[in-house]
Amino acid sequence: MMFWMLAKVGLKALLANKLRSFLAVLGIVIGVAAVISMLALGAGTRDSILRRVSSMGADLLIVRPGQFGRGGVMSGSAQTMTIEDALAIAENVSGVRRVSPVVSGSQQLKYFNKNAQAIVFGAAPTYFGIRNFEIDHGRAFSDFEVERMARVAVLGPTAAENLFGKDEPVGETIKIKGVNYQVVGVLKSKGDQGWADPDDQAIIPISTAMKQLLGVTRIREIDVQTEGGEGDNALVAREVEILLRERHRLTRDQESDFTVRDQSEIIDMAKSFGSTLTILLGSLGGISLLVGGIGIMNIMLVTVAERTREIGLRKAIGARERDILTQFLFESVLVSGCGGAIGVVTGVGAAALIPIIASMAGAEFATLVGTDSILLALGVSVGVGMFFGYYPAQRAARLDPVEALRYE
Amino acid sequence: MTTAGVPVIDARRIRKTYRVGGQEIRALDGVDVRVEAGEMVAVTGASGSGKSTLMQVLGCLDHPDSGEYYLDGENAATLSGDRLAGIRNRKIGFVFQGFHLLPRLTALENVELPLVYAGVAKPRPAAEAALERVGLADRMLNESNQLSGGQRQRVAVARALVNRPALLLADEPTGNLDSRTGAEILALFHDLNSEGRTIVIVTHDPDVARFGRRRIHMSDGKVIPEDAVAAHESSRLAQVLAVAGGAVP
Repeated sequence: MMFWMLAKVGLKALLANKLRSFLAVLGIVIGVAAVISMLALGAGTRDSILRRVSSMGADLLIVRPGQFGRGGVMSGSAQTMTIEDALAIAENVSGVRRVSPVVSGSQQLKYFNKNAQAIVFGAAPTYFGIRNFEIDHGRAFSDFEVERMARVAVLGPTAAENLFGKDEPVGETIKIKGVNYQVVGVLKSKGDQGWADPDDQAIIPISTAMKQLLGVTRIREIDVQTEGGEGDNALVAREVEILLRERHRLTRDQESDFTVRDQSEIIDMAKSFGSTLTILLGSLGGISLLVGGIGIMNIMLVTVAERTREIGLRKAIGARERDILTQFLFESVLVSGCGGAIGVVTGVGAAALIPIIASMAGAEFATLVGTDSILLALGVSVGVGMFFGYYPAQRAARLDPVEALRYE
Repeated sequence: MTTAGVPVIDARRIRKTYRVGGQEIRALDGVDVRVEAGEMVAVTGASGSGKSTLMQVLGCLDHPDSGEYYLDGENAATLSGDRLAGIRNRKIGFVFQGFHLLPRLTALENVELPLVYAGVAKPRPAAEAALERVGLADRMLNESNQLSGGQRQRVAVARALVNRPALLLADEPTGNLDSRTGAEILALFHDLNSEGRTIVIVTHDPDVARFGRRRIHMSDGKVIPEDAVAAHESSRLAQVLAVAGGAVP
């Protein structure tokens, strides 16, 4: 049977009962809209987690003293790592791009009468690159300044604003723990990362921090940037561990007194969290699609019953079973496809609204509508029309023409 | 059109039995019907005489329990389902009492339908010609609910003609029409028959039956010979009177 004839008859039948058709597709509309917006929410959440993690550096290994036990509980707080450990890693481990030893402490920052509490990091100049910190203006400190224990500081944008407001900080002198430091640069904003604000900090040379500010001989962490490649991270982590165990003279049956953490683990976690969320939310939408399909089946059974005489006539003038089957399957798919299309529009709209509504409520949600999820939802709604339309269409196709013609 | 030299309808010893509530009803009890090409035949009989069942079997809407049926030389007795649909499409044009036009389609689209099911790629010219033949050239694009009863039945006749079938089978074609439009439709049938088309009209209306050049009278699932019809009718009457008389206290 010719396609346009099918389309015309189907569309006219749909339009003849606008309200009924709308109610019939409502289930599909809601189902598809739910699938699209939920998948968008899942993808958006995953994406934003990934972006946060990779802004810290996806190629980052962090070595910290102590041992993370099961459940993330730190056991043994012995401060065993030294600057020399960091230098040894830089010199001996292959696949390492940059290394920076790090110490830190929360300190009072002061500029004239303004006070601000911020975390002060002591690090090597490599630290900026490793942690993806970019200089907004001014400069970072140099190796030479580290060597001669210069009292210079690079401020995070939040810390800079807290102390200087709109004034220019570069070139000014601030006091950290009562000692003068010259501000040489201000960082670009990275945005709040949830657990710590990287913008509210000051970075000073590691030597100055250890000897003058904090008075420590051990370091808090060693940041290692690998040369990249996902598999390489684990390999470099293993080599770092072997090297440090050797340097710390640990015997075979002793546990390491430090931990090497790989950022790619966090990325994997974020990915699997994202896909779990996607599956969960997607299957919620899938259930509403199923319910929508039952609605389609219902309306198609009603349609077939209403049009029994039409079916009888079509058979009398020569329609074969498969002609009738095709006709009603087509109408069913038309109904569910229209519902799917309306659902896509609604779903994309909802995905655009979710972050806005969430931010009004003070929460932060990101959504990301993928073409694949639109195609998936459309495909599924057409499939639903096929599946749930088949039984009514088959019933129509098998009607006895004599009975059907006589039907009142 | 018809195949030369063969009768359009050649049905022999047709039997059809229905079961209604455990009771067997012999709707057709060994019926022989022969209709030659170019004939115009009326099938008459009271309701329950089996004429509707005969119409269904002759129209290939149903197949008989036993017997032989050749429609335009093609064996139609043993076919079922899609094969029968094919025969209906090619060999038979139906005209029903209730018109059976599809709502929301134009007259033209209704007439195109049999061609569409026959797989004709461009059904429009033939459909237009058929509508012109029944005098509806100016109503082609009207939807069926915009047409009068007589016009609707004309569209139905055009639809029945459009595939150039061997047999035009009309079931009470004037039953839903007033007598004037009914007469117009019968006149149309008359013209079509004059052009050589084979027509079978099933009716209970004696006035309509008179239009047939030959009559087949059905009673109790059997064909009553033409010369015995009068005698049969008077015996029916006597039977009815006897039953009625017996009921009188």
